[in-house]
Amino acid sequence: MKKNILKTYLVPAIAVIAALLVPLFIENRYVYHLLIMACIWGIAATSMNLIMGYAGQVNLAHGAFFGIGAYAAGLLTLKLGFSFWGALPFACIIAAIFGLLVGLPALRTKGSYFAIGTLCFGVIVTVIIDRWDTLTEGQRGLMGIPSPENIPLPFGSAITFENNMVATYYLLLLFLILTVLIIYRIAGSLSGRTFKAVRENEDLAASIGISPFRTKLIAFIASTFFAGLAGALYASYIGFLSPEISDFHVTFEILIYTMIGGIGTMAGPIIGAMILPVISETLHALAAYRMVAYGILLVMVIIFFPSGIAGGIKLLRARWASSKQ
Amino acid sequence: MELFFQQLLNGIMLGSVYSLVALGLTLIYGILHVPNFAHGVLYMLGAYLAYLMVSALGFNFWVAMLLTMVILAVIGMLIERLVFRPLMEAPHLNSFIAAIGLIYIIENGALILWGPDFKRFPAVYDQLYHFLGITITLHRIIIVLTAISLIVIMQLFIKKTTLGATIVATAQDRIGARLAGINVERVGLITFGIGTALAAAAGVLIGPILLVYPSMGSALILKAFVIIILGGMGSIPGAIIGGFILGIIESLGGGYLTTQYNEVLAFGVLVTVLAIRPTGLFGKAH
Repeated sequence: MKKNILKTYLVPAIAVIAALLVPLFIENRYVYHLLIMACIWGIAATSMNLIMGYAGQVNLAHGAFFGIGAYAAGLLTLKLGFSFWGALPFACIIAAIFGLLVGLPALRTKGSYFAIGTLCFGVIVTVIIDRWDTLTEGQRGLMGIPSPENIPLPFGSAITFENNMVATYYLLLLFLILTVLIIYRIAGSLSGRTFKAVRENEDLAASIGISPFRTKLIAFIASTFFAGLAGALYASYIGFLSPEISDFHVTFEILIYTMIGGIGTMAGPIIGAMILPVISETLHALAAYRMVAYGILLVMVIIFFPSGIAGGIKLLRARWASSKQ
Repeated sequence: MELFFQQLLNGIMLGSVYSLVALGLTLIYGILHVPNFAHGVLYMLGAYLAYLMVSALGFNFWVAMLLTMVILAVIGMLIERLVFRPLMEAPHLNSFIAAIGLIYIIENGALILWGPDFKRFPAVYDQLYHFLGITITLHRIIIVLTAISLIVIMQLFIKKTTLGATIVATAQDRIGARLAGINVERVGLITFGIGTALAAAAGVLIGPILLVYPSMGSALILKAFVIIILGGMGSIPGAIIGGFILGIIESLGGGYLTTQYNEVLAFGVLVTVLAIRPTGLFGKAH
């Protein structure tokens, strides 16, 4: 049993230590940019994994909740004069409230109905952000969203985030680790196991006293909360928002990270969020051919590694273990 | 009143094209059990091919349409064989991701080959008719008549032929169909061919009215999804009626209610319908 605990925590611990040590070796701003974006998309993909991988509901409005979080943070700081730290929790809560309002009617539907219903909700959100320009500035976009304010330290010094890639990286890494820990706790808890029960068989779950609707709603709200967090962090890091940040292409990107990384596993979405943007950037030299190559890659991976990278590693390890016996 | 009839006619014209696309999509849904996201780019490809045949090669409109349907049927079958069949046993989400991959490949392929600019079909059948204060071009009448004939032919094919019956049987129960001696792989291949040919026909018909451009499929595919959800997933009459309903709602809504939020009217209708009836208008309750 003890050995098992070691085994479960060894790989994550090594990954966290490696992530913490990155600034010792890297000075390139561009690499930091990629790492910071990987943290943001990692949070978004991990939260998508909660509703999709663990509770089995294909929410195609995830990008919309990301956008709602981002615009909430942007509008609170720019129009109401909130500080970043004040706006951040509100952005998450606003996303979660929308999650509740959408979840109540949408979760009565199942399967493809739920997927397309949420997709339509996502399109409506994007169009409203685009057209309601007295509030959101529409196509002009929201500009100049502030970076996190300095955190004062004893002896008069302070951690500054503006133009400080290392501090920003550590901040986002912290949020990523927090998100993963919380979602890991949820997935491992009793309610997490009810998520899986509902995913596998709703009727069976209902027959042992689980309310499928309540379970799905809890998973949905939790997942939209963290999607809002990812959006708010994105808004503050990039400093500029346009309506496209809420549209279904964002959902697709997050979905691709989750699936290619390995849905239903903890590491998968993070691996996907780290690797795929790098591949997409590397293909940049191919110009217009890049998206074609990206598409071919997606189709090939999904056909030949249907359980994603993390699932593939699991499979290899299982084979290795069985061959040793 | 004239505005009403003018918009109603436009709605019927749009609706007949929507119905064609949704009919193909709903047939393919019976095989894949996920909505095929790549259906829209195949419609776009159909419009491009016909445009090239008519403008560059000087083909007759109808010859171009027939040839395009045949070519797209072959492409549809290739996609089924190479991409979706290997994913048959995998979770449905995997087919969904593969379809997104196909969109990237085909839409950007079109962008590379033909560029981002809008293409306009040479005018065909642009005679005007005036009738009780309504103006309509011959082409719009032809669209409605062709679309309705294709829908009727499809209905007859599905209801009256053995091949049609095997398509319905496979959609209803794949294992049961296999037990009854139906070659479900072959049925899947044929269904993809037919469904894609219908999408191509819709693209060719509407091409001369709207413009032809690489992302013309994405706007349409979302609406086609709305239709097959409204009509109840996999229901053939639902897809046909749903298509007309959506077309009419859109043009009447555009004429009377709102022009600013016109394009999301369809999605708003769907969200409302699903909130009241979670299985769509014509879908069976679970």
